[in-house]
Amino acid sequence: MTILGFFNYWMVVILMMIGFYCVIARGNMVKKIMGLNLFQTSVFILFVSAGKIVGGATPIVREGVEVYSNPLPHVIVLTAIVVGVAITAVGLALTVRIQEAYGTIEDDHLGDDIDDEDD
Amino acid sequence: MTLLELMPFIVLIPLIASGIVALLPGRILPWLVTLIAALASAVIAALVLPVAISEPPLSYPFGNWPPPFGIEYRVDAANAFVALLVSGMAAITLLWAPKRVASEIHGRLGTFYALFLLAVAGLLGITLTGDAFNVFVFLEISSLATYTLIAYGKDRRALLAAFRYLIMGTVGATFLLIGIAFLYMVTGTLNMADLAERLPELRDNNAVRAALAFIIVGMGLKLALLPLHLWLPNAYAYAPNFVTAFLAGTATKVALYVMLRFIFTVFAPDYSFVVLPLSTVLMVLAVAGMFAGSWVAMFQIHLKRMLAYSSIAQVGYMVLGVSLATATGLTAAFLHLFNHALIKTALFMAVGCVMYRTGSAKLDDLRGLGRQMPWTLTAFALAGLSIIGVPTTAGFISKWYLVLASIETGAWWLVVLILITSLMAVYYIWRVIEAAWFSDRPAGAAVVREAPLALLVPTWLVVALNFYFGIDTRLTVGASMAAADALLGSGVGLP
Repeated sequence: MTILGFFNYWMVVILMMIGFYCVIARGNMVKKIMGLNLFQTSVFILFVSAGKIVGGATPIVREGVEVYSNPLPHVIVLTAIVVGVAITAVGLALTVRIQEAYGTIEDDHLGDDIDDEDD
Repeated sequence: MTLLELMPFIVLIPLIASGIVALLPGRILPWLVTLIAALASAVIAALVLPVAISEPPLSYPFGNWPPPFGIEYRVDAANAFVALLVSGMAAITLLWAPKRVASEIHGRLGTFYALFLLAVAGLLGITLTGDAFNVFVFLEISSLATYTLIAYGKDRRALLAAFRYLIMGTVGATFLLIGIAFLYMVTGTLNMADLAERLPELRDNNAVRAALAFIIVGMGLKLALLPLHLWLPNAYAYAPNFVTAFLAGTATKVALYVMLRFIFTVFAPDYSFVVLPLSTVLMVLAVAGMFAGSWVAMFQIHLKRMLAYSSIAQVGYMVLGVSLATATGLTAAFLHLFNHALIKTALFMAVGCVMYRTGSAKLDDLRGLGRQMPWTLTAFALAGLSIIGVPTTAGFISKWYLVLASIETGAWWLVVLILITSLMAVYYIWRVIEAAWFSDRPAGAAVVREAPLALLVPTWLVVALNFYFGIDTRLTVGASMAAADALLGSGVGLP
């Protein structure tokens, strides 16, 4: 019961690790950004899970409802989603520019170039 | 309009101005508006600082919502000091900008300066806000603007550097968000002052421990603390010179401030340094950073990269001050935060002047340049004295306080380590001086003229500030002590 009771949080941890692994292990920049998105999404779920109250209704004042879910985490996550979209946009824009400049978006092929000191 | 009502405009002016600047045509007009916005913000910050030092914290509730519910700007000596540093450095580097940007970035400059203002507004927002989630939002505003600013670099490697910074920076910021999520889950509040009141009851809660760990790691990434510094050298080396000069003085400093705010105000020092072995961890990483940064800097042939590695070493000094967990140590950290901003900005400006004429920042191309660009390289040498820590320079003052703090806690061996790393700084600065003055200009090298006055005057202004704050320390030491007191809280017992 307790293990299933923490189902949301297990999912958060699993998603977070999948995302983090993608960021670290994948050479392809688009895949790195997808990993980053997964990583951020897991944190959104963490926030939203915290706001859920068992048996709680939607947070709209009306008759006959006593227990409400906490709406604040949803608002926070909404802001965080906007931030995440902005990061994805900038990341993809940079990827396009890198493709134009180098002809590849595989980080493995580019690794030597950046640490090369001959200008 | 009272000072309290004026205070939020430190952030709002650059934020609003960035929207206007983005639409302005041409190349001069956007710069002019940006400069006015930065100056206005610096003037307000300068007005707020003395009040914040002598009086209880200024608290401005946004939209008139009382603090625990609404977002609050809460300004004490610590944030007023950092805000003055950020807005002041923005204004000074902007004076240097037009000539330098002219040859580096082509076309309309409206979007470039708009991004710069967004970065400034983000950094200032982080410093002034009293709301934990607001810190994350402003952090991402400034970071996103910074990634794009770095990508403006002429070299195609700037794109790669920006992309890698984006990946690492986002992971760092998300770690901060996880930390804030844990804090919110156990306390139900996001206001820092409110958090500080509610956390002592939850000392044994594992979520609170995890929150502190996540926040320290997240901000450590932004701060470029040793094992998390990989983004910094390339980002500094390939960004446009103006962007490097500004970032070197401000971005890592603000990350350090956030870390201090969480360690000391939100989680009180008797939690941070007792429940987690934070003092030991930070001290080991700081000393490792001081040595590794200085060591690598000694063998760099690219000047901007050398200064970037030196920055990692200097971050080590600041964190070392923090890890001592005493009032003097914290004062030293704040002093170095301020002084290092002056030192590194001066050095990067001097390198920017060299690159303006020669187009290269490699040590070999610098040979014999001392006679052709005497003013520029003298500025570099004088700022170099400051980073070494020669008396009468700003760098000496902060190292002096760091040494005092080390002796005070009985850690005399730290003094030895500080001296050794200072000697390493002598070496990497000397290599530049030797190349510039004691080697001959390679045969066939083009004759180079002195950098234009538009670049030299602001560079020398920052160099002069280095010496001014090395002699008249009333402002810096006074404000640093007040900042340390504000963070430690009056009468709070230390471990």
